[in-house]
Amino acid sequence: MIREYQTVVSVAGPLVLVEGVSGVKYQELVRLSLPSGESRRGQVLEVEGDRALVQVFEGTSGIDVPETKVRFLARGIMVGLSPEMPGRVFDGLGRPRDGGPEIIPEREADIYGAPINPYAREYPDEFIQTGVSAIDGLNTMVRGQKLPLFSASGLPHNRLAAQVVRQAQVPGAESGFAVVFGAMGITYEEAEYFIRDFTESGALERTVLFLNLADEPAIERIATPRTALTCAEYLAFEQGLHVLVVLTDMTNYCEALREISAARKEIPGRRGFPGYLYTDLSSLYERCGRIKGKPGSITMMPVLTMPEDDKTHPIPDLTGYITEGQIILSRAMHRRGIAPPIDVLPSLSRLKDKGIGEGKTRADHADLFNQLYACYARGKEAEELEVILGSAALSEMDRRYLRFAHDFEKRYIAQGEQENRSVTETLDLGWELLAIFPRSELKRVRDAWLDKYHKERGQGGEGE
Amino acid sequence: MSSDKSSQSGLVVKVSGPLVVAEKMSGAKMYDVVRVGTQNLLGEVISLAGERASIQVYEETGGIGPGDPVTQTREPLSVELGPGLIGSFYDGVQRPLDALQAEAGDFITRGIDVPALDRKKRWEFKPLRKAGDKVGPGDWLGEVEETVLVRHRVMVPPGVEGELVRIESGGFTIDETVAVVKTESGERELKMAQRWPVRRPRPHRRKLPPDEPLVTGQRIIDAFFPIARGGTACVPGPFGSGKTVIQHQFAKWSDAEIIVFVGCGERGNEMTDVLLEFPKLLDPKSGEPLMKRTVLVANTSNMPVAAREASVYTGITLAEYYRDMGYSVAIQADSTSRWAEAMREISGRLEEMPGEEGYPAYLASRVAEFYERAGRVVCLGTGPDGKEQEGALSVVGSVSPPGGDLNDPVVQATLRVVKVFWSLEDRLAFQRHFPAISWLNSYSLYSETLRAALVRLADEEFVSDAAEAMGLLEKEAELEEIVRLVGRDSLSAGDRLVLEVARSLREDFLHQNAFHEVDTYTSMKKQALMLDAILQFYRQARAALDRGRDIADIEQLAVRERIGRLKYLTEEEAEAGAARVREEIEQQLAGGEK
Repeated sequence: MIREYQTVVSVAGPLVLVEGVSGVKYQELVRLSLPSGESRRGQVLEVEGDRALVQVFEGTSGIDVPETKVRFLARGIMVGLSPEMPGRVFDGLGRPRDGGPEIIPEREADIYGAPINPYAREYPDEFIQTGVSAIDGLNTMVRGQKLPLFSASGLPHNRLAAQVVRQAQVPGAESGFAVVFGAMGITYEEAEYFIRDFTESGALERTVLFLNLADEPAIERIATPRTALTCAEYLAFEQGLHVLVVLTDMTNYCEALREISAARKEIPGRRGFPGYLYTDLSSLYERCGRIKGKPGSITMMPVLTMPEDDKTHPIPDLTGYITEGQIILSRAMHRRGIAPPIDVLPSLSRLKDKGIGEGKTRADHADLFNQLYACYARGKEAEELEVILGSAALSEMDRRYLRFAHDFEKRYIAQGEQENRSVTETLDLGWELLAIFPRSELKRVRDAWLDKYHKERGQGGEGE
Repeated sequence: MSSDKSSQSGLVVKVSGPLVVAEKMSGAKMYDVVRVGTQNLLGEVISLAGERASIQVYEETGGIGPGDPVTQTREPLSVELGPGLIGSFYDGVQRPLDALQAEAGDFITRGIDVPALDRKKRWEFKPLRKAGDKVGPGDWLGEVEETVLVRHRVMVPPGVEGELVRIESGGFTIDETVAVVKTESGERELKMAQRWPVRRPRPHRRKLPPDEPLVTGQRIIDAFFPIARGGTACVPGPFGSGKTVIQHQFAKWSDAEIIVFVGCGERGNEMTDVLLEFPKLLDPKSGEPLMKRTVLVANTSNMPVAAREASVYTGITLAEYYRDMGYSVAIQADSTSRWAEAMREISGRLEEMPGEEGYPAYLASRVAEFYERAGRVVCLGTGPDGKEQEGALSVVGSVSPPGGDLNDPVVQATLRVVKVFWSLEDRLAFQRHFPAISWLNSYSLYSETLRAALVRLADEEFVSDAAEAMGLLEKEAELEEIVRLVGRDSLSAGDRLVLEVARSLREDFLHQNAFHEVDTYTSMKKQALMLDAILQFYRQARAALDRGRDIADIEQLAVRERIGRLKYLTEEEAEAGAARVREEIEQQLAGGEK
């Protein structure tokens, strides 16, 4: 069923139009042989009658009309899978790029995968301790969750992602753990940072890397996260490992998608991104989760840089609508030297409620984080008031809130890159910070926890 | 003329994502269901030109190519209606997801055909009519106990009218005949299940104005922005503002008799959450698991986009079916934006001329048609005694506008038709003030019509108390502006009291924790008690101020914390607790200046 044609009629951007074909199927894998003898891979994007539109993953430079040969391979894009993959580095289509031998695949799988039946899903509720207070205490992450980092150029999102990879653990039961790292269009330096960090922490041998660097073909970025996720599904649901998938930078992925959409002359949606961006992103993000009766899980931390720090830009916006929360980094906090600069007010973990509490973290956790949030928000409001009116205009209570917000940022959030806090330490620190308030201010906490943990220190002895 | 019904075969000529174009489709009608390719993928005709048909395919189209066959079924996209719907978990085209998993494993593969209703299960059919009775469309023939909470009325399908020749009693499957009707065109055998095309509203006799509230147990909704039975509401908000939690709370605690929950293009884990939680949660009225009154339809975001478009229609048709049995039904669509986006995606592939933001020009009319299927109605058929029956269908749709921008075409199209608007604000969500419904921007056009009913359910003062509370909240917004300019100290004592009371309203009444076992649901009576306590405090503090008491002193009163804790008192404790709080207010504010 393999057919070869020499009937390219046009090449435009990443797309090649081939005529006179027959038996071509949608999403079929294509191999193009260039006059130079080079070989490229592509995929059928649209087929109408005897014309097939092919997107070429490795770029179209060098492809010509008369001589390029196009072979239709009668199958989708497959990636070879093997338990030997951890510790190896691959390109965006799953070919080794670390100089090591080809892997001997146990089986091959289509990188597009299939949606998990919602009925087969297990609800994610196992607490993951990242050792970062702003995440564990306030935006708790659970196994099977997709929790992106919303960042922007110049912010230390890579450091935070690496810290999470280094420190993440599920207290108690520990079974196999693996990291799948998909890099789309990041620089060599950034990739090197991760590899070095993984090597130093010993994480590399359980990490599979799929790299598409900034100078490599942009269209391959369409395949990179899918290859990575196909590998993650294999490791999680067939090999029984707990897989943490880090995808960086999703903004580059979306731009590659926009490039193809523009080349196809599709009606653009917001900011030129295609109208199906939501559907396309969800076909990636939704591949994470847990399945009933399977020991493994896929937890995902996609990283994206918000153009102009704008959270309403379509990429963060649509991502936020699909993922189960978001961790947002703030430039203002970064400037003030708070590391990690996690802006906790707009950050959110949607799955925290079932991952915390008795038997998971501690029974007072839910009330405590609600209270911390409320107090910090009020403290930030007091801060604004102070800027406008001066501190003399603040009431005594407002001043306490102000002080709380300050301490909270300095001690709770700014823990630095190397500190790995247990969740108990994080929770105790929360209570310590709340000690500044009288009991009557702490309305979000039920009496039992106030009795047990709250010791008002008030302003006495603190000094201003 | 050839009479064969389904063997006629078209040929695929084009594949572009979920859109397939086929030729040789003579005889195809708009919205007919077809089967595409050798794998028999489910599709629907969405445009016709000569013998060329554009088909939206409800399954992934990878591997389909020109030359593949297309089989016509000559039937519009329909759902199967009958006993066994309650408690089911369907995808967007009514395939039961549990059966799909049993058949095909943990991932959804293609071309699987599973019947929507259990063919083998025998239901105990109790006739409500007897042979010789005249019956017409929608008339109740008999009853089946579908779950402890739901008596499923087996109805005469629309279009059938005549004299009952025979009616059975006893255990039957849905494929067996339970009654025979002699119609003008001959005898018709009736079964417990019927089919209905999803894009056509099920008929009713006439609509009635809504005058009863749908009580949700959510304080900000019931007290300030109530929805009526048979009413429509929308919940727009940016991500993270808690749309889904509000929808879940509504599904859990609203006093509708049947809930249809449509997860349209949303997260898989959310549906799993509903699926795992509902069987465990007990309905506050009956004490039975909520799942026994719920139907779930889920087409998560990674499932095929065309089926997402169909899922809201599937859901509302199921809901209308139960409305026809005289139930108060509520359907929740989360999120209608994903439905609109699916429309946009298909429209784009059809190369239609786009309207605003690339959405098709018919967006607004589709949205309006959908919400118009809501209403309180006199059902088409009659009950056993020939009496007219009343049913209600309430619709709550969430909208996910890009960037939370309410200028979004889907929000605007929705606001033109719905009567209740619960506007979510991310500013509130950041402060973890949930539900993050803005009390300043939201509205309910039912407030007036529901006044009498609310007073009956809560107490005499409830409606006027709510109005007074809203006045204080509005006043607070004005005062905040002043505070921002000149500081709090420059306010008069009266204004400072308003700020304090408004804060109490926000924190002690409007703020409601969905994950707290008591706070998650508040009865109308308890809501009235809570609101009353806060306003009592206000009135008496005001009087005390007039008598010369110092505002700083009032701000420090211990009773204020007690008011804040009322929400954590169970329904049984609430009455006594509120009485104690009232006494303390009296004591602590009694007397003259200090």
